Amino acid sequence: MSFLTRTKGATADDLVTGKGPKEGILSRGAALLIMCVFTLYFLVPIWWLFIASTKDRGQLLTTPSLWFADFNLFNNIKDLLDYNDGIYVRWLGNSLLYAGVGAVLATILASMCGYALAKYSFRGRELLFNVVLGGVLVPATALALPLFLLFSQVNLTNTIWAVLLPSIVSPFGVYLSRIYAASSVPDELIEAARLDGAGEVRTFFTVSIRLMVPALVTVFLFQFVTIWNNFFLPLIMLRSQELFPVTYGLYTWNTQLNQIPELRTYVLVGSLLSIIPLIIAFLLLQRFWRGGLGAGSVK
Amino acid sequence: MHNTKKAVATGVVLLSAVALAGCTSGDSGSTDAAACTPADGPVTLEFTSWIPGIEDVVATWNEANPDIQVEVQTGPNGNSGTYQNFFSQLEAGNAPDLGQIEYDALASFRVQDGLTDLSACDDVVAAESEFIPWTWSQVTLGSDGIYAIPQDSGPMALFYRSDLFEQNGIAVPTTWDEYKTAAEEIRALGGYITNFSTADINQFAGLVWQAGGEWFGNDGDEWTVDLASGESETVAAYWQDLIDNDLVSTYPAWTEEWNNAYNSSEVWTWESAVWGANSISSGAPDTAGLWSVASSPQWEAGQNAAGNWGGSSTAVFKGSEHPYEAAKFALWLNTSEEALTALNESANIYPATTAGLDLPVLKEGVDFYGGQAIYDVFAAAAAEVNPDFLWGPTMTQTYADVSDGFQKAVTGQGTLEDALKSAQSSTIDTLEAQSIPVSE
Repeated sequence: MSFLTRTKGATADDLVTGKGPKEGILSRGAALLIMCVFTLYFLVPIWWLFIASTKDRGQLLTTPSLWFADFNLFNNIKDLLDYNDGIYVRWLGNSLLYAGVGAVLATILASMCGYALAKYSFRGRELLFNVVLGGVLVPATALALPLFLLFSQVNLTNTIWAVLLPSIVSPFGVYLSRIYAASSVPDELIEAARLDGAGEVRTFFTVSIRLMVPALVTVFLFQFVTIWNNFFLPLIMLRSQELFPVTYGLYTWNTQLNQIPELRTYVLVGSLLSIIPLIIAFLLLQRFWRGGLGAGSVK
Repeated sequence: MHNTKKAVATGVVLLSAVALAGCTSGDSGSTDAAACTPADGPVTLEFTSWIPGIEDVVATWNEANPDIQVEVQTGPNGNSGTYQNFFSQLEAGNAPDLGQIEYDALASFRVQDGLTDLSACDDVVAAESEFIPWTWSQVTLGSDGIYAIPQDSGPMALFYRSDLFEQNGIAVPTTWDEYKTAAEEIRALGGYITNFSTADINQFAGLVWQAGGEWFGNDGDEWTVDLASGESETVAAYWQDLIDNDLVSTYPAWTEEWNNAYNSSEVWTWESAVWGANSISSGAPDTAGLWSVASSPQWEAGQNAAGNWGGSSTAVFKGSEHPYEAAKFALWLNTSEEALTALNESANIYPATTAGLDLPVLKEGVDFYGGQAIYDVFAAAAAEVNPDFLWGPTMTQTYADVSDGFQKAVTGQGTLEDALKSAQSSTIDTLEAQSIPVSE
């Protein structure tokens, strides 16, 4: 969660440098200053994390926490990757699997649902939409325990599915897709596709979905970050450490610091490495994403 | 586009599978056998523990016992999530066969009827004599049943900076009176004798335990709660006095500040459990070689009483179909020399058996403590722990209440005694709210 806000802070800062209507130099300066302060506020923890990851265990406590001591980053990474037969790499892979596959499926389902709600009129449409919208209000944490009891009955706890299946549901994605489909997929186009003899499914996958790409990317990113940072669900569902996502794995280590002190370094380095995939995802998809947020706001 | 279609199809199939499966669930729960008899064929047990390196120890067992295979499951430290998971699993009827449970949480599981009584297993009954007496009373919970096998113990002693005491000509305190005098001398030199932790109530409980206090009692039916009177009052008044006179620091335990206070020689002693040896060496690396360990200060000169802080057990959960095999494994894990040695090496587990205290690894001098054979001090302390101290069934709430009150006390609002008094009444309320009988 905190990372999401942090990254948003960074993009907000970027937006300032974009071209816009002319404004007073004073207000511009003030805005810039505020942005800088907040950017700093959001970046300092990451800086601290980076610095801490480069130190060995003894220096962690004894040297200034915001500046380098001996540079041990690569040694630390190597130790981390070796520890416990490289379980960390496995966790990272699991996170990528859960977040990647989960977000793709969630995006597809949400876009289909949102599109249907926007473009077809049928009895109970608004009711259905409102129910889905209500789902946005229910915190995922509140659902974890009921899900556990449900999954227990079908013996799916402690499996990949226990984390993956709940992740492919995104009420917010449905909402966004509906709004976006309504404004960016013209009825005339669907009409034309129908006249050309395309079925509804084909129309959706060949015509409509392309127009909805910015919204899809947004949904994907949101869902990716949500799953990546999801902690409570794996905590409730998973028992075998081969299945842990990286967040839960690091937490487990963190609770064992008293017994195994060297885990402190691994938790720090592990946290640092675990944010890299998120940064990559944001950098790659940011272009689409920003377009997605902006579109529809001006008509 | 082909792939997307496929993905959609898979998604739909999966979703409906869940929906269907949700409807067709049957009763998979089993009625557990009351007796403790061996199974006919090979057995696979599930065991949840958060001890680092436990997989390797279990692998040793699996190699030697092809008919009783144990699968390790893991998770965070008990109170950080695993206990909650145990309760959910018990609720769902799919708890593992065995689980690690700390002594102070055992009563909660017992009250929720989550544990298998192992007193039907002859091997378990026979093993009583192998364990340090007070650890055994922790798992019988003051009743005739045996609800777990003791795993480790946390006898307390005094860690102190021998170099600082020596340089400044201060005698190492052997009574709590001397401890206060030393505290004043150290304060005059700018340091603190120790840190009073408000968040970790277990240390305070250990001190009450040492003083001979008993927080809970159980006669088989009713619980008694006695948080605030007698010895607890004495101990609370003693520490309140040190806090009032600014003779102890009050950093939150296990934080960087706390580590730093020890690492920078600001704080000189720590009354802690055997596993604390590791906390100091990792938290205050700059002070290597300067620490020593002595027996706990006593309330009366010449007494020999020790407190205990921590320790856990291996319990067999209700619903396990193989209590015989589970008990057999738990006994091996906690009594055999090979398992105890491995547990000590991988996670500094300090054994709960009397023979375990004589493990060769526990006889060696420790460099961080100037080569002192510190475990001898703890082995002596282990024999001096009052066997009658019991934990109640709602410790999470009790800890939270006491901790809240203690935090206020160190900032000058209220006292430690007030905190205990209010925890006393709220603990009774909680017990009654859960329909657990309390005698007043």
